[in-house]
Amino acid sequence: MMKNSRNYLVRIFTFYYSGFREMPLWGRQLWLIIILKLFIMFAIFRLFFFPDYLQSNFSSDAERSQHVIEQLTGQNQTN
Amino acid sequence: MENFDMSMINWSRGQFAMSAMFHWIFVPLTLGLIILVAIMETIYVRTGDEKWKKLTQFWAKLFGINFAIGVATGIILEFQFGTNWSNYSWFVGDIFGAPLAIEGIMAFFLEATFVAVMFFGWSKVSKRFHLLSTWMVAVGANLSALWILVANAWMQYPVGTVFNPMTARNEMTDFWAVLFSPVAINKFLHTVASGYVLSAVFVVGVSSWFLLKKRDTLFAKRSILLASIFGITTSLFLIWSGDESARQMADKQPMKFAAMEALWEGQTNAPLIAIGLLQKPAPPKTSGKYQEKEFAVKIEIPDLLSYMAFLDPNAYIPGIKDLVNGYTDPNSGVVEISYYEKMERGKEAIAALKGYKEALKADDTESLRLFASKFEDPAWMEDTFKYFGYGYYTEKTVAGLIPNVPVAFYSFHIMVALSGHFLALFIVMLIFTLKNKIDRMRWLHHIAIWTIPLAYLAGQLGWVVAEMGRQPWVIQDLMPAIAAVSRIDASSVQLTFWLFAITFTVLLIAEIRILLAQIKKGVTGGH
Repeated sequence: MMKNSRNYLVRIFTFYYSGFREMPLWGRQLWLIIILKLFIMFAIFRLFFFPDYLQSNFSSDAERSQHVIEQLTGQNQTN
Repeated sequence: MENFDMSMINWSRGQFAMSAMFHWIFVPLTLGLIILVAIMETIYVRTGDEKWKKLTQFWAKLFGINFAIGVATGIILEFQFGTNWSNYSWFVGDIFGAPLAIEGIMAFFLEATFVAVMFFGWSKVSKRFHLLSTWMVAVGANLSALWILVANAWMQYPVGTVFNPMTARNEMTDFWAVLFSPVAINKFLHTVASGYVLSAVFVVGVSSWFLLKKRDTLFAKRSILLASIFGITTSLFLIWSGDESARQMADKQPMKFAAMEALWEGQTNAPLIAIGLLQKPAPPKTSGKYQEKEFAVKIEIPDLLSYMAFLDPNAYIPGIKDLVNGYTDPNSGVVEISYYEKMERGKEAIAALKGYKEALKADDTESLRLFASKFEDPAWMEDTFKYFGYGYYTEKTVAGLIPNVPVAFYSFHIMVALSGHFLALFIVMLIFTLKNKIDRMRWLHHIAIWTIPLAYLAGQLGWVVAEMGRQPWVIQDLMPAIAAVSRIDASSVQLTFWLFAITFTVLLIAEIRILLAQIKKGVTGGH
């Protein structure tokens, strides 16, 4: 049973490995773009430019809801 | 509105709009082209004709390029929720979380697994398993779109949720009501149909280029035949679902509907503007007054707007001024309250939320019970809380509750005209293909090629109508954009706006270059 599942995993690995190895140039270019794009999005944009405002500024959900309610009901109304 | 940082709000709006529009450049081709590829492969598997296999592989390659470049561009939108739109993000609670989580899981398992089989598995798995994988990618891509559109539909028509004043969050009480909301179903059908039409235009256009160049003509003719039939079918479906959308809009978002037709005064037997040119510039939104734009030129189709909205040529369609000032439907006698009344009720709802929180803080049980009873009363929620968002406006700022009329009007009418053009193009292409004269119709090839950017334009305009037409609401009637944003500095949003603009432009240029290079290689030009 274990041997079968290991064989199965090996077959999956081989499938992907040979697929990537035999990939044409345009496919490699695409992968380069994908990796670069994901790096820019997650390692640069997400990390440095897009902090979660409520998560970063408040330590509990109670504080977050308090803040949002203050924002929604406070001085921001146009009276 | 003078207390709001309009610069921050507008930059956040602009950033979201730009990201969504770039994202929508990649998505529609993915949705439709994969279905055409799956149909081509089905023909190959059924007939065993290797030419269909070549054709499948060619279009699958173009699909793969578009898919790879476009993948994860939508994540950028989710980043913005937490940073720029934190009040909104908190207020919607788990409504967005559940559909987006399902989307993520489905997209990963269905698309990531079967896309690999589709591209790596031609000589490694059986024909039938490969075909199944291609169809699974098609199903996965389209179902991914379903979940994000369900979330969007909830913003246009919030159902299946209850507001919790303790947390200031909306909580999902009925997942199925959210999923099967009539707006969600129609939005999904209309949106994917637009992707199918765009893909058919893309295939017809690219194939026409081959005919112009007298290359791969058999492949091009087969592609045109298939894409024209697919295009006619999906165009008709697009028109039908668009008609349904308009009917829903007239019922659930009448201001958007009136803006789309630049209808300022309500009327029975309302005509549809077939062609119209508006005059008078838009007034500033903060002036407190709105100024109607009259038509310099217009061609009307009598009664059609009434019929389109309520399937009754005598139906009354309220205009923008009627919605603001309130009106009585002359046919049914039903009274619709004015925006000014809604503002009062909205202020009452905001005050109740404030009172509830203050009572909780002061441990004032009697007041707490009083305010809590309001939020537990379905009648109060339906009559008063429903207009929560109007509480942010006053008589002076009422113009802020009216969307940009020229933008909604022109976007809608150009989109509809283009849809007609696509349908006509498919019919003409099909006729000449069936008569075996298509390769001689050079003028038609040029039209087909230049229709590709028009198909992208039509898709973008559809989103402009849907999203700008519902302004100022991020959640219909409950939350306007001015209440949804974070209290952050506008300069940080400006910076990320330009960073996105550059990144997306580079991605788009990369996509176009790789796509063009592969198209130039042709169907028989190898991989």
